[in-house]
Amino acid sequence: MSETTASGNIDVAMGRHIVSPDSETKETIRVSTTEMDTHPVFALEDVSVYYGAFRAVRDVTLPVRPREITAFIGPSGCGKTTVLRCLNRMNDFVTTARVEGTIRYHGVDMYDPAVNSTEVRRRIGMVFQKPNPFPKSIYDNVAYGPRLMGTKKKADLDEIVERSLRGAALWDEVKDRLKETGLGLSGGQQQRLCIARAVAVEPDVILMDEPCSALDPIATARIEDLMREIKDRYTIVIVTHNMQQAARVSDRTAFFTTEINPESDRRTGVLVEFNPTEKMFSNPDDERTEQYVTGRFG
Amino acid sequence: MALTTPSDAGATAREVIAASLHRRDRDVRGIVLATLLLAATAATLVILVTLLTQVIGESAPYLADRGTEFLTTPIGSNPDQIGIWSGLYGSIGIGVIVIIVAIPMGIAAAIYLEEYADQGRRVTQLILVNIRNLAGVPAVIYGVLGFIIFVKWLDPITSGDTVIAAGLTMSVLVLPIVVITSMEAIRAVPQGLRDGGYGVGASRWEVVRDHVLPYAAPGILTGTVLSLARALGEAAPLIIVGAITGFLPETTLTEKFTAVPILIYRWSGQPQPPGSEFSFTAAAAGAGVVLLVLVLFFNASAIYLRNRFEKVRVGQ
Repeated sequence: MSETTASGNIDVAMGRHIVSPDSETKETIRVSTTEMDTHPVFALEDVSVYYGAFRAVRDVTLPVRPREITAFIGPSGCGKTTVLRCLNRMNDFVTTARVEGTIRYHGVDMYDPAVNSTEVRRRIGMVFQKPNPFPKSIYDNVAYGPRLMGTKKKADLDEIVERSLRGAALWDEVKDRLKETGLGLSGGQQQRLCIARAVAVEPDVILMDEPCSALDPIATARIEDLMREIKDRYTIVIVTHNMQQAARVSDRTAFFTTEINPESDRRTGVLVEFNPTEKMFSNPDDERTEQYVTGRFG
Repeated sequence: MALTTPSDAGATAREVIAASLHRRDRDVRGIVLATLLLAATAATLVILVTLLTQVIGESAPYLADRGTEFLTTPIGSNPDQIGIWSGLYGSIGIGVIVIIVAIPMGIAAAIYLEEYADQGRRVTQLILVNIRNLAGVPAVIYGVLGFIIFVKWLDPITSGDTVIAAGLTMSVLVLPIVVITSMEAIRAVPQGLRDGGYGVGASRWEVVRDHVLPYAAPGILTGTVLSLARALGEAAPLIIVGAITGFLPETTLTEKFTAVPILIYRWSGQPQPPGSEFSFTAAAAGAGVVLLVLVLFFNASAIYLRNRFEKVRVGQ
């Protein structure tokens, strides 16, 4: 499993996957990885993303720290989702997309040609804006990832499914109908099923792209509770339109905005400020951040 | 027309409003249009029903007299004794070759073009335009192509004008249709389904296999069965490829062949020989019924399979 060991940190990170069948083990290992905790999971340096000739977002430099919730906020078109989708190379499927600058994941350049992008996405799970369970049973939705990774035994899968659904605070609601279709659940339950599906492969990071935008306030509150519960095990990066949500759940916040290019009249996203969330919402460094978080624009 | 409440309030106002709410003369053009649409639908139905009664009416006494013998005897010169076995053999052979060659190839090309190829590239665009144009090329042209390539050039493989050459020609004919309908079915797969697969670390192929193809299956199936029906019904390319219309001693894959539509074409124009009870036209109608039943059978199984596959989409 530890084939791409470019630094000692990755070994530790992978060790966590191998020897963590239950949360107790995870806890002990976590204590022994304090050195890793001080290193960023992602280090973005001067990242620009282009779609063809159009620069969607430019010069983003920020670290994402382990076991924290990092929020990306900003008005529409500011490039926050674009940057998020670069973090697990989802943009690979947009043929015109191109990334400049470097994104290091535990010290490894993610866009190095030698990096296996499928392996990247296995370690860095994603939850999408619109809940997108597979048209399969609840059980098969969660078991899909582990099966791909080679878990075949029913007892093992049963255990993973239960653990993941418990982890996503969905087990009690669905334990009696695991064989029923995931599409029969409510929107909020579907989104929690998607979170369960993501955690089932024991990822290191979970990326969330506006995970609550299609949900009502009660379902949103449940997802937010869930994020706070699981953040001691996973590094989470969340894109949100909802500033209150960023303020409620995140440890650090990155504020993006748009600049109009005078030549082409097109908007390019820029990172304005990246700071601890508390500071962002009380005493931000940049005037634009203050205007945005106080609701004066955006 | 003023829609304000009349100022002379009370009972009069209510009457005026009630009267206007019950008016029916406003949408005259709409009514005319709806009538025209209904007429068009009715005309289509009338044509279909006429066609069926004509074919069945003409063939009923003949088929009743001949029974299953009509299916199992080879062609000949006496309409009272001929059968369509030779044609059936050829048509089934063509159908099997289309299923083996055109359908997998077409679906594979559609998967490549939709899921792997960079659709923004000039080459891909060129290929797509060409495939669309190929689907519109008249069937006769494919006959010429089939004659040159499969009958002449590939003679060592096809043994000349045989069922194999005809089947390959028909495969080329329906290939663009299979590609286009399969591409449309694949394009209709929600992006969220692919994202979900990629999001848990599935590779491109795993996403295609586990999510894209199962979801697209009903659409792909409909397209392929329609193309199969087309391959069974076409006569023009087969004439050029060299289908036999007269005497055919044996039915094998490596000798001269014929097919059901060819028999219909041939028999419809043949005069009734003196002394025979039935005409060749009745035999042609009988062959038409067999072809219709064959195509209907394929369509019905496509609908059945599509309904079964559609359950996949809701996860049952």
